[in-house]
Amino acid sequence: MYSGFLHAFGVWLAAFFTLSIFSFLYKDNPFYKFAEHIYVGSSAAYWILYLFVFDVKPLLWDAFFRNTGFEKWILIVPFALSLMMLTRFIPNISWISRYAIAFVVGIGAGLAITGSIQGILIPQLKGTLVPLFGKENFWHYVNNWILVAGVLTTLFYFYFSIHHRGILRGLAKTGIIFIMIAFGAAFGYTVMARVSLLIGRIHFLLFEWLSFIFH
Amino acid sequence: MKKIYDILEFLGKIDRRWIFLFVFVFTTLPLALKFKVRVTPTEEVKIAFNYIENLKEGDRVLISIDYDPASMPELQPMLYAILRHLFRKNLKVIMMGHWPLGLPLGKTALEEVAKEYNKKYGEDYVFLGFRPGGSAVMVAMGSEIRNVFAADQYGTPLDSLPVMRDVHNYDDIALLIGLEAGSTGDFWVQFANARFGQEIILGCTAVIAPNLYPYYQAGQIRGIIGGLRGAADYENLVGKLGTGSIGMWVQSAIHILIIIFIIFGNVGYFVLRRRRKRSV
Amino acid sequence: MKREVPLIITFLSGIIIIIAFFIPLYPFGSYKNFPGLQDRFLQWYNILLGFTLILGIDTLIAYHWKKIKEGSKDAPYSIALIVSIFITLAVGIFSWVKYGDPFKAGSPFMFYYDYIFVPLQSTMFALLAFFIASAAYRAFRARNLEATLLLIAAAFVMIGRVPAGDNILNIYLFGYHITLPKIAAWILDTPNMAVQRGILIGVALGGIAMSLRIILGIEKTYLS
Repeated sequence: MYSGFLHAFGVWLAAFFTLSIFSFLYKDNPFYKFAEHIYVGSSAAYWILYLFVFDVKPLLWDAFFRNTGFEKWILIVPFALSLMMLTRFIPNISWISRYAIAFVVGIGAGLAITGSIQGILIPQLKGTLVPLFGKENFWHYVNNWILVAGVLTTLFYFYFSIHHRGILRGLAKTGIIFIMIAFGAAFGYTVMARVSLLIGRIHFLLFEWLSFIFH
Repeated sequence: MKKIYDILEFLGKIDRRWIFLFVFVFTTLPLALKFKVRVTPTEEVKIAFNYIENLKEGDRVLISIDYDPASMPELQPMLYAILRHLFRKNLKVIMMGHWPLGLPLGKTALEEVAKEYNKKYGEDYVFLGFRPGGSAVMVAMGSEIRNVFAADQYGTPLDSLPVMRDVHNYDDIALLIGLEAGSTGDFWVQFANARFGQEIILGCTAVIAPNLYPYYQAGQIRGIIGGLRGAADYENLVGKLGTGSIGMWVQSAIHILIIIFIIFGNVGYFVLRRRRKRSV
Repeated sequence: MKREVPLIITFLSGIIIIIAFFIPLYPFGSYKNFPGLQDRFLQWYNILLGFTLILGIDTLIAYHWKKIKEGSKDAPYSIALIVSIFITLAVGIFSWVKYGDPFKAGSPFMFYYDYIFVPLQSTMFALLAFFIASAAYRAFRARNLEATLLLIAAAFVMIGRVPAGDNILNIYLFGYHITLPKIAAWILDTPNMAVQRGILIGVALGGIAMSLRIILGIEKTYLS
């Protein structure tokens, strides 16, 4: 993609930033702080650029010149709402941005209700309706019993509207046991995830930056 | 005896910089030795692989890039393996994304693998890009993709691209593969699958993999390719080992190291606790 | 006016999306090529959401600008931040104008992305590997039954999901072939799945309740 010199310069630049961030492991230092601030600044600029490349240009500008008639002029509405959103930067008239935010929040809430009921609640409840008895021997259904018990006791553990007393305390305790097993599994996978990220960076340092030693 | 207890108690007080050093050494050494290891693929990945294997030549597959460079080491090898599988089976690839910071990664992989298999842009694959909106984009695509993506990333109208000519909504897409580093996968399931019946396979970081098992059991997704292990599994199934498989040796070493450190920490803790009880 | 109109907008936009789900006919759903209210609103929502992504940037710039003006000891880093914002924007706009697409392979913006942004973001998160090892060592104590179960489950999954765990355990129990990978798979498929489902259902119920409150105007914090 890049010529020999540019590629080499880029790799050394990348290695500099990588080692600057890693230097934090010893202690906080100017190299780390510098790299961190460059990262935050670049991220902020990317979001501004993306706004224009993926939103304003295709959805407003190109659409306005591509469409005709009603479809063309109706775009004034989202354009006006977008400008209202930007009034948030001006303290005296920032209250106007509430109209745009209200629209966004309303749509989000509407989508959340339909999505949650149709996409989570009903399929997940349906998935929990598994046979607990049948023609096979008991061991065939053990996993189903564990599934149903796990779901119910987990839900019950997080139900704080009634006092967990007596038998209810036993249910909550069973719930916490299931939860701890699940969190242990989640921790195991989280370790795998974090180590993978480190593998990626060390791979770059060994095989791209120090490629003259490691091929 | 006291000396043994002193040593055991010390095991619970190791300075963290020594731990960092051990982690660094145990990562670098296996990587430098470049062992690639064959793994036995897990059930969820095999099912995902077989689902794609059973698709017909010419079927459209939508890939959604929902990760950024922070998750690249896990999901990029996965993407390469999946693309190789899709192109080998002569499936048509439509790529888009909900995480704009990761889109260039997806685009790079798509162009590289397409070149390997002599695939032509516009005929065999297309890159649509990103639109803000998340779940709104997913719902809008259910009626007409052109409502959201009137043109591809380069401004070419979709109707002039053979691969997109007969593709209007999820009914025309055989499979959606979401590569997830956050909660976008949940939205794909809630909207694309639940509302429009789109078949979905989710590749994800290991952090969120445990959260997807309820969808898998309920039949809302057809497979889970979780973390670097999932990437290594898929590489093994496709038959071309890459960075996923290289990383498995390192994973083994580091996992064992961390368990050893946890044991040390607990030994030190229990010895200290016993000593404190005795002194009281 | 300043609070009532936004509440009405929230109610109308939310309720139309819900009605369109149940009545996908015009005017809520589309009719032939003419978009209905739902499609129209979703199109506007997509446009607006892009603008919400940049709302926090003014606070970021104002905070660092203040540090520079006050001449604090971290002022050089704030200068680096603000300069990097402008350089990234300049490189991006230049690449967009010259190449027609800032993400074109070989453009200056892609150079910036490949050799500055990707290493920075990847390494920030790679640091977590060290911290998770250190945190596990310091904090994971088998103090009680729950903590012990967590540790055991974590150990099974950590070893069961890597090649090292393939051959450590290989026994037959009550006619079942038990290996570490199978134990790890069972932990993920059964107890973990049950708990995650319980959490998912709980979160969905909470989300529905909160969304209803927002649409009905009971929850107004988003207006502040």
